[in-house]
Amino acid sequence: MEKLAHIFRLGLKELTSLRHDSVLLLFMVYAFSVAIYMPASGSVIGVHNASVAIVDEDHSQVSRRLAEALQPPEFQPPVPIAYERIDQTLDDGEHTFVIDIPAGFQADLLAGREPAIQINVDATAMSQAFMGAGYIGRIFQRELAAYGSRGQAASQQPVALTSRALFNANLESGWFLAIIQIVNNITILAVLLTGTALLREREHGTLDHLLVLPLTALEIMLAKIGSNALVVVFCTWLSLELVVKKALGVPLAGSITLFLAVTALYLFACTALGIFLATLARSIPQFGLLSIPVIIPMLLLSGGSTPMESMPQWLQWVMHGSPSTHYVSLSTAILFRDAGPSVVWMNLAALTAIGLAFFFVALARFRRSLAA
Amino acid sequence: MNAPALRAEGLSHHYGAQQALEDVAFSLPAGTRCGLIGPDGSGKSSLLGLIAGVKRLQRGQLEVLGGPITQRRHRASLYPRIAFMPQGLGHNLYPDLSIRENIHFFATLFGLSRSERESRMASLLAATDLARFADRPAGKLSGGMKQKLGLCCALIHEPDLLILDEPTTGVDPLSRRRFWELVERVRRERPQLTLLVATAYMEEAEQFERCLMLDRGRLIAAGNTAELAAVTSSGRLDDAFTHFQGEQAKHSEPLYIPPLATDAGEIAIEARDLTLRFGDFTAVDKVSFAIRRGEIFGFLGSNGCGKTTTMKVLTGLLPASEGEASLLGRPVDAKDLATRKRVGFMSQSFSLYGELSVRQNLELHARLFDLPATEGRARCQRLIERFGLAEHATERAGELPLGLRQRLSLAVAVIHGPEVLILDEPTSGVDPAARDDFWRLLVELSRDQGVTIFLSTHFMNEAERCDRISLMHAGRVLACDTPAALQRQFQGDSLEAAFVRCLEQAQQSQEPEPPARTELPTTTPTAAQVRHGFSLRRLRAVARRESMELARDRVRLAFALFGALLMMVIFGYGISLDVENLAFAAFDQDQSPQSRAYLEAFRGSRYFEEHAPIRSNAELHRRLQRSEIKLALEIPPGFGRDLYAGRQPEIGAWLEGGMPFRAETSRNYVEAVHQENLQRMVAESANASAASPLAKLETRFRYNQDVVSVNAIGPGVMALILVFIPAMLTALGVVREKELGSITNFYTTPLTRLEFLIGKQLPYIAVSLLNLAMLVAINRWLFGVPFKGSALALAVGGLLYVFATTALGLLISAFTRTQIAAILGTMIVSTLPTIQFSGLIVPRASLDGGAALMGQLFPAGYFLDIAVGTFTKALGLRELWPQCLALGATFLIFTSAGVLLLKKQEA
Repeated sequence: MEKLAHIFRLGLKELTSLRHDSVLLLFMVYAFSVAIYMPASGSVIGVHNASVAIVDEDHSQVSRRLAEALQPPEFQPPVPIAYERIDQTLDDGEHTFVIDIPAGFQADLLAGREPAIQINVDATAMSQAFMGAGYIGRIFQRELAAYGSRGQAASQQPVALTSRALFNANLESGWFLAIIQIVNNITILAVLLTGTALLREREHGTLDHLLVLPLTALEIMLAKIGSNALVVVFCTWLSLELVVKKALGVPLAGSITLFLAVTALYLFACTALGIFLATLARSIPQFGLLSIPVIIPMLLLSGGSTPMESMPQWLQWVMHGSPSTHYVSLSTAILFRDAGPSVVWMNLAALTAIGLAFFFVALARFRRSLAA
Repeated sequence: MNAPALRAEGLSHHYGAQQALEDVAFSLPAGTRCGLIGPDGSGKSSLLGLIAGVKRLQRGQLEVLGGPITQRRHRASLYPRIAFMPQGLGHNLYPDLSIRENIHFFATLFGLSRSERESRMASLLAATDLARFADRPAGKLSGGMKQKLGLCCALIHEPDLLILDEPTTGVDPLSRRRFWELVERVRRERPQLTLLVATAYMEEAEQFERCLMLDRGRLIAAGNTAELAAVTSSGRLDDAFTHFQGEQAKHSEPLYIPPLATDAGEIAIEARDLTLRFGDFTAVDKVSFAIRRGEIFGFLGSNGCGKTTTMKVLTGLLPASEGEASLLGRPVDAKDLATRKRVGFMSQSFSLYGELSVRQNLELHARLFDLPATEGRARCQRLIERFGLAEHATERAGELPLGLRQRLSLAVAVIHGPEVLILDEPTSGVDPAARDDFWRLLVELSRDQGVTIFLSTHFMNEAERCDRISLMHAGRVLACDTPAALQRQFQGDSLEAAFVRCLEQAQQSQEPEPPARTELPTTTPTAAQVRHGFSLRRLRAVARRESMELARDRVRLAFALFGALLMMVIFGYGISLDVENLAFAAFDQDQSPQSRAYLEAFRGSRYFEEHAPIRSNAELHRRLQRSEIKLALEIPPGFGRDLYAGRQPEIGAWLEGGMPFRAETSRNYVEAVHQENLQRMVAESANASAASPLAKLETRFRYNQDVVSVNAIGPGVMALILVFIPAMLTALGVVREKELGSITNFYTTPLTRLEFLIGKQLPYIAVSLLNLAMLVAINRWLFGVPFKGSALALAVGGLLYVFATTALGLLISAFTRTQIAAILGTMIVSTLPTIQFSGLIVPRASLDGGAALMGQLFPAGYFLDIAVGTFTKALGLRELWPQCLALGATFLIFTSAGVLLLKKQEA
């Protein structure tokens, strides 16, 4: 009971310190509003708004028909350019796709001479190159098939394919990005806030002071974790309700309560990680640099920005040790797929185990660093 | 000679609602020495800060050395003529730099030539007796030595006005004596030097011919010290002060200490042969003493002699290397929480929470010591009144003047009614009246409640009040007895004299070399030649200092280099947008040869990886929900039959839409495999002529024929890494100085904002370029990314890029107030535009609205173009100059914003 009271009091102290740093609060407001709204409303993963140039040497009905077939929102209207400019256009990154329809294309097509269309792709445009080329290919095939069967009954394919996406029928990437941005910001805040707060106490000598009070390392650590987690969970909740639901209009299928509970668990792991890193560094500048190669991979490789399956196996194993990987899975499962605890228990168990492991390692190191 | 050095009229200053100075007016002739006295929080530091130009003038007029300080040109000409030593031991020194390097830095800022610098440094070091330690880092000096070094740094440019803010607070009597001897010699040799000193020691103020008395922000008396002192019959300055305070003065009884009852024989604190070593250095050497219950035991000694360390061992903060220590009859044990509750400890540095108010700090500690809520609150209130903190109860502790903070620390140390009090210089910086009050409390605790008190002090009148004192030097106890006995033993006419003699004896036996006494430099008293406006020399001085600090912090350097390396390798392998081995499962309700043939095409593809078949609709949904499979293929019953009958059966492809990018890619693949299936079926069917392709599509992937992710990602990742590491390196540059105090040097020296920022930036640009070289090497040789373009373009772009990203860090540093905010801000501000909007994952051409704008404003995208362009597209400067130009522009924007946001004065 006394211990709980200590943790509560120390936690309140942390909150007061936080409240007085107006610049810090400003950054936090930004992190949970603009930084979530902007990418979710403005950028789209996958083929969207891809820029296409077309070299039309045929100037025929077919070539015009093909050009017109590339439509928004996937493609910007193709820009006609001269043949000589193909290389330069691609070099400058002005257009991702340059389509070349040779002279005499329509004539050759009608004569059955199988003319070739060239699609040049800037393969450095990672997320679009491959997918976009596939799109263009299929659109052209469809158009050509339709053109070929003019007047006749639409040639029937032997099998039809209907693909449906569950949980996000229109595959709106804004939904996903909004949640991933929240995950990213939570990670940054949790690790950095706790770690820096601890080192700051050390630099200002207040840690020494705490140690002569009847407090244990466990109490000090739990107070830091608890208060920082509380702030971040609260911000997350506000952000979900106001930014994600209201402003962005994302329909969240799942239970917000479960998600917030999972968030608290994730914060437990991340703040413990922050404390662990803080015990490795001796000053705040060192901590800042140390945290970068930890946080950035947690953001980029946890399955939120790039697919987990395409990473080398050893890296997948490493990333399964990161709490962020499980949290990303949990977030999308709970919020989009309305998964309950019975569905996500594996990730939950993993997150709990990682959190506890981080916590005890951090606690041991924290105790040792206090004794030294 | 008689022109006033200082003239103030109607000077007022406030912090928020708190009035620090009110209508102060005085003038001070040049070449005079003036003491500034007043209780804690009377506005001494604010007044000195205004005169030194550290704080911005709010109201009133202030003329310093013949011109108004508010006039920009005059203020610029003042920098080389004023020297300011802020309060606190060595607050404006650079702890990682040696004595020589510290002085060197200040000398360069003031534009001294090499010969001037060397000769002045030599004589100053000799005069202060610091020459022997010239290569020792300032952080490892004792308090007295730090103050002497601070004085050297202040005097190196031969100022006309020397402002010292409580320079001897926390300095032992011997060092104090030497400090004033030094100041006196400087003044003798530079008679035009005006000296303004705030001090808590009345005997120091009495040495100066002039005196200013401040009380609650008002100047209550000013003039000739002797005349002021003569106002009361005692002729003492502190009585005079009380007199001028008028009605507000509390008439306090002289302190009476009842003798200690001799029968209380119980030992409360005991040390036996206590020894503590840090490496080779023995901080505490076989210290033994025993303190009886209820005794007031004083610890005296020069700065850095091991007093604090001994106290820390007794509180369990540091483990002893050898020997034993016991508290209240139990051996000291860091884990013994029960004993901690019976002990109160106050450390030398202020260690309470600056952001909490006075009352909040007290109440927090009451709770932490498990006092019941009502009792705790009552106790807090009593202590607030007792320690004269009532007026300040709601103020934030960090904003209190030093003396009040000390009182608060004391109040906190006694909040839980401890049986033993260990106080490390508890009254350092506290004004005499408050010190007497505090002693009354100590006496009451000791004599009435039997609390054992163990304290260290530099005040001799306090030492005289102790039951017993122990003199410590260089880790050893030299003598331990009652004050009277010690005075007899060392034959001093006062305790201070006895103490100084004892120390001198000890020092001579250790350091046979007598202190050097060279004359101070007597160069022509022209003000040093200081260039106004931009100076490359000053910029170089800042850059040099910053690089030395960086070079000494090897760990930080290592983190910067290895962090970049690690991220490059991880991301080079890890970021790949190829979707492969997509987990899929079939829900084959037909189980015919046709359905199996259709699925076979999926099984054979390298993009798909089959999992156990699905048996029901519910299972299909559940497994997708779990994300165990990303794709489910549903083949309807009668598929083979319908196909044969030409009834166009329909296959359902169910995608897990939680991650849209992957779902989109999967859909692409599914359709591609479906097409293959269709062609196979058509080919197998008899009428082969029906649907032969009409035209061929030749898709050519340029720059990256095999669509190898690393070729596109590798160079792009460089853009990512070279935002975070350089920005983080510089992000703490300014704000750290703000938090630790050395920012004062920027306020008081001719350093301009641009020199300061660029100077700080240069060493980090060098580190970042090293990073760039490493990253290029990894891409080229470890990942085997072909380099086709112009190396020059990459070098130019890289250079401009790290200029821009280091400038970003400094910009954030310029306007944040705490290191936490700076670190967090850097990370939050850079993450979004770097990861999402730079073109690393989504091409910039596909962004719209605010996202596109953010991508254009942030430098990462431009360097991404340069890196990818030079590596994979064989581009050179001819094609990439717009990007280089844009990077140059962002650098200029960030730097100008940084200059604008950086303040050359405090509020």
